[in-house]
Amino acid sequence: MDSLYTLTTTVNGRIHTRVVEPRMLLSDFLREDLALTGTHVGCEHGVCGACTVLVDGVAVRSCLMFAPQVDGCAVETVEGLAPGPDRLSLLQEAFRETHALQCGFCTPGILMTIKAFLAETPDPSETEIRETLGGTLCRCTGYQAIVAAVTLAAARLRTQGASP
Amino acid sequence: MKPAPFQYLKARSLEEALAAKAALGDDARFLAGGQSLIPTMNFRMAQPTALVDLNGLTGLAGIAEQPDGTIGIGALARHRDVERSAVIARWQPMLVEAVREVAHPQIRARGTLCGNLAHADPMSELPAVMLALGARLTAQSVSGQRMIAAQDFFRGVFTTALSAEEMLVHVAVPPLQAGTGTCFLELARRKGDYAMAGVAAVVTLDDRRLCRSARLAYCAAGETPVLAEPAAGLLVGAVIDADSAAAVGTAAAEVLAPTGDVQAGADYKRHLAAVLTKRALLAAADRARGA
Repeated sequence: MDSLYTLTTTVNGRIHTRVVEPRMLLSDFLREDLALTGTHVGCEHGVCGACTVLVDGVAVRSCLMFAPQVDGCAVETVEGLAPGPDRLSLLQEAFRETHALQCGFCTPGILMTIKAFLAETPDPSETEIRETLGGTLCRCTGYQAIVAAVTLAAARLRTQGASP
Repeated sequence: MKPAPFQYLKARSLEEALAAKAALGDDARFLAGGQSLIPTMNFRMAQPTALVDLNGLTGLAGIAEQPDGTIGIGALARHRDVERSAVIARWQPMLVEAVREVAHPQIRARGTLCGNLAHADPMSELPAVMLALGARLTAQSVSGQRMIAAQDFFRGVFTTALSAEEMLVHVAVPPLQAGTGTCFLELARRKGDYAMAGVAAVVTLDDRRLCRSARLAYCAAGETPVLAEPAAGLLVGAVIDADSAAAVGTAAAEVLAPTGDVQAGADYKRHLAAVLTKRALLAAADRARGA
């Protein structure tokens, strides 16, 4: 049992090895150690959902995992969504078109949540979309536009067979 | 806030985890899903000196049907695994109904059933479901294993029959008798919130479609999950219809001790529990008739 832990993790396809204190939260590891500040930290107790990332393809709260717990795992953050510097992913494009963000603080967590959701639920009902969005708080939009964005993205994914 | 420093051990075997807990004592905690533990650590309400991480022990993640129809659920089976288990959906559909009400998908992706039970939050759905289903919980320490009935497991708010050395390693849910229907219902202001009231109903009918036995258990009803045995007993030998179900709901609600809060007062929560009981009993009886 050591006071420091050496972990190796793949984040957005890049392998990183870092030495951390075990108490380092995954959210802080991404933001502070890897400078991936797209993952936002809101409540730090698993309520707001802003820090949601994918660990081995599953959406989780990064404030409710310790960094050593992703040793050997593949992590995806919002920085990994866009296919290139000047391009948006299909999901991001749907959010832009439907004005599904205002301040944008909650958006990274919502995008990652919905990416995993649409991969498992390609043809969601509005109820399913709303229940899934219930795990993330948005204080600006009133959610209508976010539901529209998810609906639009789901329809495009079904017709194009692309990745979110 | 950030958690206080702690020693971290990634356990490579159950034996290693149990030995570490025995050596480190009550100030060390097992880390499974961590979805209740880590928030309290982030607020420094909990400051364990060491965490024994169980997440590498994939042998504990199983959900399996035993030859007698009992369903065994291991310490590392996550809510998401329970939600998606074909075996559980087929034989214990109430467990799927209840686990879908636990928080949000991101939490269910990490949180474990056994961790939820060991946390013993009386607001949680799953302890009540285990009471209603008569589950048997297996505690293990370096000294060996012992079986604890769900009825004897929950002692108070966040308090269980587990000793400092023990881990809840397994839950066994016995098979439903022939002619049994189940239903879990709760009411929350938003999906994923803690329920204002919630009930797990198990109803067994005889071949004349009269109630042979009934069990009702409640979350959000006091310092522990509550098994309303006298109220459920009123149904035995009776036809389960709107009148009898409503009467049982009223009787059960009288023994509940919910805490009033900003969402609803205690009386209103008892009223909700009575209404949900009636609906859950009728649904469970319908399912029993189809079973």
